[in-house]
Amino acid sequence: MALTGLFLSFFLIIHLIGNLQLLLPEEQAHLQYNLYSDFLSTNFLVQLIAYVLYATILLHTIDAIYLTIKAKKASGAGYVKDKRNRASKWYARQMMLLGSIVFAFLVIHFKDFWYPYKFGELPMDANGNKDLFSLVITSFQELWYVILYAVAILSLGFHLLHGFFSAFRSVGVHHPKYNQLIKSIGVVFAISLTFGYLIIPFFIYFNF
Amino acid sequence: MEKEIKANIPKGNLQDKWSNYKAQAKLVSPNNRKKLEIIVVGTGLAGSSAAASLAEMGYKVKAFCFQDSPRRAHSVAAQGGVNAMKNYQNDGDSVYRMFHDTLKGGDFRSREANTYRLAECSASLIDQAVAQGVPFGREYSGYLKNRSFGGVQVSRTFYARGQTGQQLLLGAYQALMRQKEIGKIKLYARHEMLDLVLIDGKAKGIIARNLDTGKMERHAAHAVVLATGGFGKIYYLSTLAMGCNASAIWRAHKKGAFMANPSWTQIHPTSLPQSGPYQSKLTLMSESLRNDGRIWVPKAQNDQRPPHEIPENERDYYLERKYPSFGNLAPRDIASRAAKEQIDAGKGVGALKNAVYLDFKDAIHEYGKETIAERYGNLFSMYEKITGINAYQEPMKISPSAHFSMGGLWVDYDLMTNIPGLFAIGEANFSDHGANRLGANSLLQACVDGYYIAPYTLQNYLADQIQVPQSAINHPAFEIAENQAKKQLKEFVSCQGNKTSEEFHRELGKVLYDNCGLSRSAEGLQEAIQKIQQLRQEFKKNLLVPGDVEDINSELEKAGRVADYMELAELMCIDALQRNESCGAHFREEFQTDEGEALRNDKDFAFTAAWEWSGDSSSPILNKENLKFEFVQPTQRSYK
Amino acid sequence: MKIHLKVWRQKNRHTKGKMHDYTLTEVDEEMSFLEMLDMLNLQLAKKGERPVEFDHDCREGICGQCGVMINGIAHGPLKNTTTCQLHMRSFKDGDTIYVEPFQAKAFPVIRDLKVNRTSLDEIIAAGGYVSVNTGQAPEANTILVSHEEAENAFDAAACIGCGACVATCKNASAALFTGAKIAQLARLPQGKKESNKRTINMVNRMEDLDFGHCTNTEACQVECPQDISVLTIAEMNYEYNKAKLKD
Repeated sequence: MALTGLFLSFFLIIHLIGNLQLLLPEEQAHLQYNLYSDFLSTNFLVQLIAYVLYATILLHTIDAIYLTIKAKKASGAGYVKDKRNRASKWYARQMMLLGSIVFAFLVIHFKDFWYPYKFGELPMDANGNKDLFSLVITSFQELWYVILYAVAILSLGFHLLHGFFSAFRSVGVHHPKYNQLIKSIGVVFAISLTFGYLIIPFFIYFNF
Repeated sequence: MEKEIKANIPKGNLQDKWSNYKAQAKLVSPNNRKKLEIIVVGTGLAGSSAAASLAEMGYKVKAFCFQDSPRRAHSVAAQGGVNAMKNYQNDGDSVYRMFHDTLKGGDFRSREANTYRLAECSASLIDQAVAQGVPFGREYSGYLKNRSFGGVQVSRTFYARGQTGQQLLLGAYQALMRQKEIGKIKLYARHEMLDLVLIDGKAKGIIARNLDTGKMERHAAHAVVLATGGFGKIYYLSTLAMGCNASAIWRAHKKGAFMANPSWTQIHPTSLPQSGPYQSKLTLMSESLRNDGRIWVPKAQNDQRPPHEIPENERDYYLERKYPSFGNLAPRDIASRAAKEQIDAGKGVGALKNAVYLDFKDAIHEYGKETIAERYGNLFSMYEKITGINAYQEPMKISPSAHFSMGGLWVDYDLMTNIPGLFAIGEANFSDHGANRLGANSLLQACVDGYYIAPYTLQNYLADQIQVPQSAINHPAFEIAENQAKKQLKEFVSCQGNKTSEEFHRELGKVLYDNCGLSRSAEGLQEAIQKIQQLRQEFKKNLLVPGDVEDINSELEKAGRVADYMELAELMCIDALQRNESCGAHFREEFQTDEGEALRNDKDFAFTAAWEWSGDSSSPILNKENLKFEFVQPTQRSYK
Repeated sequence: MKIHLKVWRQKNRHTKGKMHDYTLTEVDEEMSFLEMLDMLNLQLAKKGERPVEFDHDCREGICGQCGVMINGIAHGPLKNTTTCQLHMRSFKDGDTIYVEPFQAKAFPVIRDLKVNRTSLDEIIAAGGYVSVNTGQAPEANTILVSHEEAENAFDAAACIGCGACVATCKNASAALFTGAKIAQLARLPQGKKESNKRTINMVNRMEDLDFGHCTNTEACQVECPQDISVLTIAEMNYEYNKAKLKD
């Protein structure tokens, strides 16, 4: 769980950096983003990493399902009056729910961008690269789509808020000082990623 | 008929006795050990350490405890520390001094040889515990730290914050679980011993009740070790756990084992006072607090002012005043009696006027709050949880409470009772502390008995048992014992009276506190005996136990324990009554010095009273083991 | 004060339990919570009803035998406090208090509020010790343990084995209990030698015993009477991963 989670966190950074190109001046963003997409889909090494990534997502998901079932079985009959939630953060207890939202979003995300890009017919841009840029811009013209995206990103944010430091704990970082540091980094990481990913759809929605 | 009692003390000089014994003790060869089975009842420090040590040697062990896990036995609650002669502090400690302190602390009413052996084996215990991973307090350099405790002038107490008993017990418990894992120990948690089974006069097994199902079980063995702790709970309000009981040793007593000095109960000076009639127990605050806390009461009677409004010159630091050389660290019996004196004189503090102050103001001023918190932080927070009072800001209120049983089953030097094959170790026996136990000697005795003495002396006994086949559990002796135990339980349930055993227990405890507690008088004891007899009659007729015999039933468990207390209480009073002297915790009002200190009578009472069951709890037979002091001349104990 | 109680009554692990209502009218605020239950039991006994079975022994917060859910919280509302140390001054006149047993598959109910926590002993049996026989130990001061090491080890060793961590964990994980013992021994030179074997055995035993998995919600430390740090869990993970890599 921890290792796959950390790998996915790393991917999120790369993905965000790529996507932030959408915020460049329109001319530049248009061509550069499509070039970047073309590079990602044709470079052999990137392709290889992409398959690792897909596998990691699946592993992370399967592991999560397994642990949730195990926890359910281990929990016994439950309580008539249950105030156990005073002792922990809601998002720490709801990792499965948050993860499911993110997963559902991923499916939509793949269907809307990844699939058409890989297997669909897309017009070409001035440089002869597939014009993913226009597809993205068009998609985020719909308010409901922006909201859906925002919900997913917020879920991801809370998922990271717990997941980041939790992963380090599971790996075995147990020094009190470094743990405090990691917890702080985790908060910064979760907030900046959430913010970074959230900016894009709203930027597009309001600017195009 | 009075019997002559032999303690089987080895010949030779004091310091040679134990090594001579070990050199000459019989052995069982390793391949024979697995053929011999030993029952250990109780899994406190003594029981766990004995069970683990014996299993490590290769014996088959069955360990029993009434708690749901061996780790919960009441050794866990000992706070302050464990004494051992290491002389790490270079302050003049020696085995002889430790022996002498213990003997003197016990007011010269223990056996020299046993007491010396306790001091002699003490050092090994620290080695063992450290090897097990017990996190004792350390200096910054990594060396072991010590603190001082009541009744001595050296620092020989090792401690793990305020949870020394817990940590030592966990060490022993883990050793026990390690043997359980490899099948050398069979563990029977939530089992209570109901009777001892004798075959041809030897201890050959026990009848136990599975407390979860109510089913009776028979267990046979080549030897039985009772490590069932003390019975201070007989006073109802005590520092003991709710489940602590005398049943195992009492039932062994009724099968013929002698009960020694049963009236010698240590009343601990620093427990929390009773706050109301519903109270079920009194919580102990470690004696180590007396290292830094100063005990006082207002000089005036019925002083209603809060403590901080009472100026220094209107306070009586009575321990420092009366015992200048030991001050607040006077031994427990003396500190408790001094507190009672003040309370009886109307100077008690608190809502019920039943307490004295233990004040940390000066210590906090001298060392800072941090240091005091590091030393006693958990005790202060425990105090706050129970009383709602912050002891950093105002003094604690403390009060004496029943604590440790110096009395118990009579044992010889081998820790074997007069029933061959029946051993008693730890607080369950009577042997090492005389009439008063020094602080931090209890954990020590439990460990030394279990780790270092029982394994040798049991072997000495078992060497002759290899040829004897293990008794079958369908032997008539098992049958009879089981039926008797069943019959008693059925009687409890079918009595259908209207008073629960808890209510009887409270009444009994009150009688004992009033008449057989900190101070005793012939008149009071006689009165108590009558009351106890009446109470016992009423118990027979008017007991209320809901539920069934063959089922989980904690009321039934209590009934059995209280039934035993009803008989033991009378023996305690009889014992206190026959001892026309004061010694240690046994203070007879008729026998005191002009200054109100205990007045011993060595001419007539330098003996251990080993009581024999006669079939009637009101007429026990007194046997005497004369205490011979070959190496130390008993003196008037003085802590001034 | 007057207290309304809703108490879980269950005959045994195979039957279904349910809440029963009781009212106590003369509760004193200086009473401990268990003394309040004693009072209830006395009333039940006098009426010829079966008293409520509950676990308790030392009643001073150290034996770990007591432990129930009080108003949905393990050991009740106070932090770092066992059930026996909770006093009725924490409640108000007229309060309704829910009392339920610790629930986890690894802690089957025996009767009413009593549960079987043998599984915790089993975890210790798997390796929670230094394998030293009586008599083998060297002179104590030959094993130097720095003040910090000893204090850190003690912090983990303070666990009383009550099981509140399991009861309060949404996954019913025993990671804090297991981690505390592994950390205690790993923090001491005496225990380091067999840390790999110990950790693997104890963790495997924990996995085999119907406990759930730790997801670091940190609830266990909040409800732990001894405030055992969740970092002991991370330390267990560290020791486990290290041992697995060397395996």
